[in-house]
Amino acid sequence: MRRPGGEPRVEVAAEAPWVRRLAILLAVLVLGLLLLLPLLAVATEALRRGWTPVVAAITDPDALAAIRLTLLIAAISVPVNTLGGLAAAWCIAKFDFPGRALLLALIELPFSVSPVISGLVWVLLFGAQGWLGPWLQERDIQIVFALPGLVLATIFVTFPFVARTLVPLMQEQGRSAEEAAATLGASGWQTFRRVTLPDIRWALLSGVLLCNARAMGEFGAVSVVSGHIRGETNTMPLHIEILYNEYQFVGAFAVAGLLALLALVTLAAKALLERSGDLARLRRPPA
Amino acid sequence: MSVEILGLSRRFGEAQALRDVSLSIAARAFVALLGPSGSGKTTLLRILAGLDFADSGTVRIEGRDMAEVPARERGIGFVFQNYALFRHMTVFENVAFGLRVRPRRARPPEAEIGRRVRRLLEMVQIPELERRYPDQISGGQRQRVALARALAIEPPLLLLDEPFGALDAEVRKGLRRWLRELHAQLGITIVFVTHDQDEAMELADKVAVMQAGEVSQFDPPDVLLERPANAFVAGFLGHAARLPARFQGGTLRFEDPGLGTLPGAALAVAPRREGAALAFVRPHEWEVRCAGEGPGEGPGEGGRNAVIRASRPAGGRRHLEVDLAGLTIEIEVEGGAGYEPGRPCVIRPRTARAYS
Amino acid sequence: MRGGGASGLRRRVLPGFGLSLGLTLAWLSTIVLIPLLALVLRPLELGPAGIWASLAEPRVWAALRLSFLAALAAAALNLPIGLLAAWVLVRYRFPGRRLLDGMVDLPFALPTAVAGLALTALYAPNGWLGAPLAALGVKVAYTPLGVMLAMAFVGLPFVVRTVEPVLRDLPREAEEAAATLGAGRGQTFRRVILPALAPALLAGFTMAAARAIGEYGSVIFIAGNMPMVSEIAPLLIVVRLEQFDYAGAAAVGLAMLFLSFLLLLVLNLASRFWRPA
Repeated sequence: MRRPGGEPRVEVAAEAPWVRRLAILLAVLVLGLLLLLPLLAVATEALRRGWTPVVAAITDPDALAAIRLTLLIAAISVPVNTLGGLAAAWCIAKFDFPGRALLLALIELPFSVSPVISGLVWVLLFGAQGWLGPWLQERDIQIVFALPGLVLATIFVTFPFVARTLVPLMQEQGRSAEEAAATLGASGWQTFRRVTLPDIRWALLSGVLLCNARAMGEFGAVSVVSGHIRGETNTMPLHIEILYNEYQFVGAFAVAGLLALLALVTLAAKALLERSGDLARLRRPPA
Repeated sequence: MSVEILGLSRRFGEAQALRDVSLSIAARAFVALLGPSGSGKTTLLRILAGLDFADSGTVRIEGRDMAEVPARERGIGFVFQNYALFRHMTVFENVAFGLRVRPRRARPPEAEIGRRVRRLLEMVQIPELERRYPDQISGGQRQRVALARALAIEPPLLLLDEPFGALDAEVRKGLRRWLRELHAQLGITIVFVTHDQDEAMELADKVAVMQAGEVSQFDPPDVLLERPANAFVAGFLGHAARLPARFQGGTLRFEDPGLGTLPGAALAVAPRREGAALAFVRPHEWEVRCAGEGPGEGPGEGGRNAVIRASRPAGGRRHLEVDLAGLTIEIEVEGGAGYEPGRPCVIRPRTARAYS
Repeated sequence: MRGGGASGLRRRVLPGFGLSLGLTLAWLSTIVLIPLLALVLRPLELGPAGIWASLAEPRVWAALRLSFLAALAAAALNLPIGLLAAWVLVRYRFPGRRLLDGMVDLPFALPTAVAGLALTALYAPNGWLGAPLAALGVKVAYTPLGVMLAMAFVGLPFVVRTVEPVLRDLPREAEEAAATLGAGRGQTFRRVILPALAPALLAGFTMAAARAIGEYGSVIFIAGNMPMVSEIAPLLIVVRLEQFDYAGAAAVGLAMLFLSFLLLLVLNLASRFWRPA
């Protein structure tokens, strides 16, 4: 469907050119000051003494362990939340049942909970004085201050990302394509794989990217359940904090720069996906 | 493939979408479900396809109870109102979908799929579009793709939901003719939903007129127009003036004194009971006599109870809007000039369909 | 399928309802609901009097007050900045617009610890912005002002991204009509555009505030964390956990949740008042 090109509009209702220019200048200035300058500060602080200390800080064994742990946590939490998000989006968008709105609200709940609380709840459950703490201690199972706790806290924090990206898109797409597939004899799995999934793949990818960025960058929640054991339960963000508290500023900013780079790549990819993929359709008015 | 619908009811919350609907559709029939929006026609169609489920009642297709048969096993073709094409697939892949999702044993080989898809695209007259995506083709072309896709599984029964609803008048006309030819050529049963009575009358050999979840009448178009089963059908199909009347001693007496009476024998449909009745008179069923010169035979008799408000030619005939004591009545008369606006006339119905 | 009540469990055309709903509920309960239940139940061990005693410490009050007031101030600061950004992004075309558009999401994507570190470096007394501000006698880092600034950083995209779509869908005809009726551009903005954007602004404010209240990573570096002065409520939870005061930590967490809920309720009621339809 080609929408006819918008007619050239005579701007009757528009601001004077100087107002326009001033507004743009002001916006660029304020956003630059508030958003861009911090990023520049990270780069400058990290490179204060050239590249050598940066490389040294990142290849330090503790830093490498932190990077490995961060990747491992993301590799577990992101697939879990992708699967859960897909299931949630499928049942919320493609079926009517009582309590649908409530379910969606509950799924978004972790967004409105402080990251510290997201970590705290796991300590309350599995910590030494938690509900299940003694039982776990008897069996020598470590959850808090170990990998399982870090993963659980990360999953909690990144829980809504995929579902939240998919639900509005799938609701907008409606059910008729799936119904058409059913009348043509497709099974449930065939319908999902051949009809639904291709229609949401870019949105799904975008949700997964955001989920991943948050999983790798999460600080508050993992800080509470980590125990800060160097080389063992320190993720990259936590490693930054330790270095900073030890006045190893260059090292702290070097690792921070690495994480900032991840954020920039995520943003660029997301922008690209939104411009070309199915999310663009959601933004455009339906023709 | 014959379809037997028995006592179907369906309720959505407070709204009763279908109320004890029964219909018997013969094999190879071309049937329209016609009614205003909210009359339950789309619900009925979706239940036939297995896309919705009745609260009670049965659907038998070719004698087989469909209650436990899921949509994907019914083998019924369904064309959706907005076509529901798969956006990320080419036209070719859309049409091939129904063949590709078959279990391995029943799946035709790739070359055969290609042959069949091309033959279908040929049949719906868009062979050149096979590599396009749905958002690269026009509305009418999408309609054809949707049809080809539904026909690919060789359904003995084809269901269409408002098939031409989203298309402009010119395209509609062409597609209608083409669909009728297709029906003749394929010899399958077709049921389609429409709110456009011209479409229903032109295409279908039997029309089910629906209202508020019930089938008011299920008959061929001629019968529907000639002998509407009730006041709703008489008022819904074609144009007709609605006039209050009384039926007494075998005679219909119009409440408006100027319109006189009609003997029972002159009525196309007579009321079942004596007493108050509602009469419907179509535009060509009036007699018009005007005062002065011109058409009609001399000065009117029995009083001057009507005035011509507007008059326009309509293909060799004349279409009048006549004011009858505040009521506007549409009348079609033979002949051309002489019915200029402002002229007082006497009008009376030649016949009527009356319901108590 | 439409229709609820007795027919809510009727058969469905599309497959996988039971499977997907089951998966969703299992996932939701293990990850979110059961843990949050622990948060709600744990402080009850202290009894009502115990909870009160645990919360009545001046240090707790100070932390909660700082978290909420700074969050509200930050969200308020975000309103004009966010409106300006949304306006410029939607209404004007200029080189670098897309870059600016992408930058708005930076606080969403940037790990909070990185943001905290960067803001601290900028606003520290010897930082790029901190030094000139210090010369003017304004101290940002290690004060409540710094806390608010970090919160404003994380909350800004919420305002921009809620106002943007509403502004984009605003019919230009309304503004043109106002112009034909003799309204100046300023009057049109005040009387036609701003009222139409008000609900979105309020929604953005609410989201920004909610996010800021719980914010931890970006705040603790710049806050300096002085008890009674620049210590935020989430940090207090961490402190209590380090002292193995689980119930006390949970009590603070619960108080935060409760107050946030109250705030959301008030703001939602306000938005309903704004749009009686």
